[in-house]
Amino acid sequence: MDAWLYPPPPQRTVSPRLRWRRLADRLFRGAVVASVVVVLAPLAAVLATVIAKGAPALDLAFLTHLPKPVGETGGGVGHAILGTLFLALGGLGIAVPVGVPAGVFLASDRMPRLAGVVRMCADVLAGVPSIVVGLFAYTLLVMPFRQFSALSGAFALAVIMLPTIVRTTEEVVRLVPPTLTEAALALGAPRWRAMLGVVLPSAGKGVAAGIIAAFSRGAGETAPLMFTAFGSQFLSWNLLQPIAALPLVLFNYAVSPYEDWHAQAWAAALVLVVLVLVANLVARYATARRSA
Amino acid sequence: MSLASVMAPVPVPTPSPGRVAPPVPRADPSPALREEPRVAKMVVEDLSAWYGRRKVLHGVSLPFVKDAVTAIIGPSGCGKSTLIRCLNRMHEIQPGAAQSGRVLLDGRDIHGGHLDPIELRRRVGMVFQKPNPFPTMSVRDNVLAGWRLTGTRPKDPDAVVEDALRRAALWVEVKDRLKAPGGSLSGGQAQRLCIARALAVAPEVLLMDEPCSALDPIATARIEELIHELAPTVTIVIVTHNMQQAARVSAYTAFLYMGELVEFAETAGLFTRPADPRTEDYITGRFG
Amino acid sequence: MGRRSSSSPSDAAFHATLVLAGLGVATVLAGVAWEVLDLAGPAMQKGGLSFLTGTTWDPVAGEFGALPALYGTLLTSAIALLVAVPLGIGSAVFLSEIASSRVAAVAGVLVDLLAAIPSVIYGLWGLFVLAPLLRQHVQPAVQSVLGDVPLFAGPPLGVGYGTAGLLLAIMVIPVVTSVSREVLKAVPDTQREAACALGATPFEVIRGTVFPYARSGLVGAVVLGLGRALGETMAVTMVIGNRYEISASLFAPGYTLAAVIANEFAEAFSPEYLSALGGLAVVLLGSTLVLNAAARLLVRGVRHGGG
Repeated sequence: MDAWLYPPPPQRTVSPRLRWRRLADRLFRGAVVASVVVVLAPLAAVLATVIAKGAPALDLAFLTHLPKPVGETGGGVGHAILGTLFLALGGLGIAVPVGVPAGVFLASDRMPRLAGVVRMCADVLAGVPSIVVGLFAYTLLVMPFRQFSALSGAFALAVIMLPTIVRTTEEVVRLVPPTLTEAALALGAPRWRAMLGVVLPSAGKGVAAGIIAAFSRGAGETAPLMFTAFGSQFLSWNLLQPIAALPLVLFNYAVSPYEDWHAQAWAAALVLVVLVLVANLVARYATARRSA
Repeated sequence: MSLASVMAPVPVPTPSPGRVAPPVPRADPSPALREEPRVAKMVVEDLSAWYGRRKVLHGVSLPFVKDAVTAIIGPSGCGKSTLIRCLNRMHEIQPGAAQSGRVLLDGRDIHGGHLDPIELRRRVGMVFQKPNPFPTMSVRDNVLAGWRLTGTRPKDPDAVVEDALRRAALWVEVKDRLKAPGGSLSGGQAQRLCIARALAVAPEVLLMDEPCSALDPIATARIEELIHELAPTVTIVIVTHNMQQAARVSAYTAFLYMGELVEFAETAGLFTRPADPRTEDYITGRFG
Repeated sequence: MGRRSSSSPSDAAFHATLVLAGLGVATVLAGVAWEVLDLAGPAMQKGGLSFLTGTTWDPVAGEFGALPALYGTLLTSAIALLVAVPLGIGSAVFLSEIASSRVAAVAGVLVDLLAAIPSVIYGLWGLFVLAPLLRQHVQPAVQSVLGDVPLFAGPPLGVGYGTAGLLLAIMVIPVVTSVSREVLKAVPDTQREAACALGATPFEVIRGTVFPYARSGLVGAVVLGLGRALGETMAVTMVIGNRYEISASLFAPGYTLAAVIANEFAEAFSPEYLSALGGLAVVLLGSTLVLNAAARLLVRGVRHGGG
């Protein structure tokens, strides 16, 4: 006799209800997978088009030469590439000295109420339309001088970059174990020395990643430069003169009626995409390594 | 608390030497009880389980007697939770989880294809370590969650709510605030709400994964009392790291150590005359 | 506390520097609001409410009515949200609930890259790829079926509200996805387990417990997406068609607030003209400020424990 008597198994009935629930589940998963595919399709399409249309027009001359007048073939965007680097680095030059200490302040948890306000301001600033930022830089730095300028463009980009730098810095400084600060303080170091000598260096990679991400964001911006840096046909290093920028050239060429300018717009797009995505991926790589 | 009351509805089996033997608890056979043979509601046979490459259960075989309480004890990390999560196929939903061996419910393999896991989980309910009521649902909706979530409704929802809450010994405390959010209850009440939620779909088996570890002693006593009251109608498997608790609530106890079943016996026997030296070491507090 | 009182002067100076930087961030935001309001002041005083309701935009005659641009902004944003919300939240569900961690990591990076591509490049693509595609294939096909519906009336130009809305959707999706994904991650696993153990299918777990728990955060993600859509400039400017009219048809060209500013600001020849453009910026800034603040509060609510 079997010691473990089992009651007769209940009759298996596959209820239509259960079948429907399983079907709904499968449909839902299918829809969710499909939505990712649909979302990523434009990424593939945009990148493929930019490469396909941009690569043929891309050569050394394009990267280094100045533009030629309409009608003449050839010419490049060397001035705009340098201009974009100049503007973006200039923007960092303004944004980093404010953004990094502000991020450290948010992470320090002293004066939590003020920190809450500042954090909210940084978040809201990130959502301010870039065209409005351009307008702000215009009224502040263009109107008084009656002159479009590289300075006003760099300032506009700095405003765009600021929230990214602040929030990334806060995040990575928070990841530094407090024991590290306490160890430094216990050795008699003043708080500022503990911060500069111990906390910031150990969060350094993350802060750098935030700065590179901000660079990536700023380098691709067009709207804030339209009435600040304005654009130029020449190479100029004068802070108080208009300066060319890759996104501006791209925009002006794209909306122009000339076929060869369209081709150049695609080549400029390829350069811009590479610049922006490489910076973005470098920033991402640095953060991924840090958290790993 | 007398163990006899727990033992009463569970007649004693004759061990069978031939089977892939679930270890059989020893007890003095009493002729009067032999007519009504003991029934295993669930059985695990040679069950092994992995998380990724780490093997956390090593060929465990064990019966769970119908309408009785079985406690699973052992030091933390011994595979207790994994074992009961295999009983309602919650183990396999975790990434990297794998298992081998068989788990039988009413004699049939729960992986056998005749039973959808979502049906299985309705028949084998579960209560978790940390009370996890749904904060966005009212107390009432929490009790009915098993119905609501699956898009069905009982014939008489009010009766189901009242019955489940009464069985979970919570009715008196919450009957006037059934509309209050599920997150508004105290820890002990929330855990009883979770028990009521599990009972509302009339499960045949109730798995409890350290249900009292997050509760204070008074709430714990309340839940233990509740387990006693439920035992005659539901097969209960409770994981606990608390040996006193196992001794108080269960009819059978399994001792798991490092993923292996060291000993399985009637609770009274296991705690008074452990057969394995490791069990003795554990229950006398020499490790764990 | 004791430490603070015993801190050295150099410490105090250091802390003051940090506070100053923090105040600097707040000042920038205040400065943006102040300057834009200042610029718009004359136009708002002169026009009053009719600035918002007027439909004529004639700089030469000095007549400035913002309604067509406002309408275009709202319509394109609505189209964008209609497309982006289901796709964005769907993708977030895939990334946080369905995909294995490895797939989710890769797909997550790709979705973020979508956000990294500059707006002007979407505009270029929209102008030379998407618009011709819609003009030649999609719009005629739709009209052959629904030609009598005013929503799809007019000649198929390729550019217009519908194209701008679709392009906006592509740019809004990464915002909705990444915020939703964060919000879904904040839902405790114990909630999922509870529902799963009650015999719910994964779909029922998500619909019945994960979504309700994350609801306010998901709303926040959508609001944040709306803020992004309202203020987006370059891509829209390139495909909206730049016609200062109000049309019911999705295929018709129109204008948006941001596009008007982008196209006309550098050429604005009179203080009134500049001020009117400033007025458009005030509308834009005001709505995005409110939306962003609201969205952040909603999203933070979920991270700090459900609701």
